Amino acid sequence: MSESKAIQLEKQEWRRQRRQERWKQLLTIASPIFLLLVWEFLSRTGLVDARFFPPPTAIIGTFLSMAASGELFSHIGISLFRIIAGFLLGVIPAISLGLLMGLYSPLRHFFSPLIMALMPIPTLALLPIILIVFGVGETSKVVTIAGSVFFPVIINTVAGVVNIDRIYLDVARNYGASSKDFFLKIALPGSLPVMMEGVQMGQAIALLTIVAAEMMGANAGIGYLIWTSYKAFLLKEMFVGLMLISLFGYLFSLLLKGIQAKVVPWK
Amino acid sequence: MKEKIVIEALTKAFYQKEKIHTAVEDITVSIRDGEFVCLVGPSGCGKTTLLRIIAGLIKESSGSYNIQREKKESPLQSMVFQEQGVIPWLTVRENVAFGLKMRGLDKRIVKERTDRFLEKVGLTAYARQYPKELSGGMKQRVSIARAFANDPEILLMDEPFGALDEQNKFILQEELLHIWAETKKTVLFITHSIDEALLLADRVLLMSAGPGSIVRDITVDIERPRTMEKVRADPRAAELFVEIWNHLQEEVQKGRKGNSS
Repeated sequence: MSESKAIQLEKQEWRRQRRQERWKQLLTIASPIFLLLVWEFLSRTGLVDARFFPPPTAIIGTFLSMAASGELFSHIGISLFRIIAGFLLGVIPAISLGLLMGLYSPLRHFFSPLIMALMPIPTLALLPIILIVFGVGETSKVVTIAGSVFFPVIINTVAGVVNIDRIYLDVARNYGASSKDFFLKIALPGSLPVMMEGVQMGQAIALLTIVAAEMMGANAGIGYLIWTSYKAFLLKEMFVGLMLISLFGYLFSLLLKGIQAKVVPWK
Repeated sequence: MKEKIVIEALTKAFYQKEKIHTAVEDITVSIRDGEFVCLVGPSGCGKTTLLRIIAGLIKESSGSYNIQREKKESPLQSMVFQEQGVIPWLTVRENVAFGLKMRGLDKRIVKERTDRFLEKVGLTAYARQYPKELSGGMKQRVSIARAFANDPEILLMDEPFGALDEQNKFILQEELLHIWAETKKTVLFITHSIDEALLLADRVLLMSAGPGSIVRDITVDIERPRTMEKVRADPRAAELFVEIWNHLQEEVQKGRKGNSS
């Protein structure tokens, strides 16, 4: 039995597309490995100064010995706590106020200028004031992160609510929705896709902020590890800190994408 | 039969930047209980404005309307919106149950009625899916089921089949007639399709544009139950078609002259 020419052609085309897809996946995995290999090569051959750019294998070795001594996990633990606590402290009020502002235009008009005026100030520039008000303890770091996460989330939440198609508000009104229903059944789910993009952005900013905040006023954490290692010229330890931040950023992004797919199944 | 909707001297004008635009002017009409009435007119004649006033979405400028209440627990009206009216973040089932849940009815009653109307529009198998997975025709079935499940005193429909292709339109029109025949609700239905009006309506109210008012009240005396083929073959329907068409043509011509002068 022989297949028609047309079918054979389509099969070939399908296989070609499959190969292309696999090739693209390979590229995605290959690029970080390629970068590390180039780095390793340059460092080992002395083309770049190995004192400033130790080879990745040496950094991984340092990472393992730091992990074995347990020192690393206390830094990771304390940074994770600050990131998560600060993240929640920023995201929850931002979503609540953002929904209210999106639904009730007088609130939006009242709060918008305040947000516009405060947003450009980097929370890190406020760190001295935050330290004065909240002391040098954990609270000040958590507040710093909360402050920098707050703005992208609230702005996206308001935009998310405002951009909900008017017809859904009409439907809700026509079917007798109460204010609570408007809030929970229309504004919250309807704004979620845009809101989650703000949360993604907030997550990235939280990581930037924690490192800088720990460099300036802390005695533990990944930022502290990076800063003290640098000052003691322990550059391998410093690179371990940098790689951890990069890894965290990647994992948080994946986590939030997963959450997004869970809470916005209808997109 | 007794009167269900009484509209008296209803006028709506929009005022913006020193300009006043009268969308509907001095509309007086009454619709009897169980009647299926189509509002037909050229686009921009204010038929949607009229419907939105009765739906409680905008407020009239003057005049009044009254919907006769029979059952104390029923909502006065429910609307079937144009195609995008199905809420995308609710499943088919949640969409159909929307009105019942908003009214805080008992869970058992919500489930029983939702199931019944999902069944009636043939969407039981799709109950757990989101609207993005549905075709345009299926979305409008959700919309229709949502309105009927809410068991309102009257139903309002704003060109619900306007965005559908011909075949789907015919199928849904006949399905709507079936459900309507079972429930005997009073329906006010907007369309710009003469065929649709002749198939569905007991009465056709013809509207003129700028400002919108009702200029003719035509009784569609074609016997029920109706099907597309029967109405197409009926000589009375052909007469009515021509009568409505002539009127609409006049209105469109008037509108053109009005614009050019």
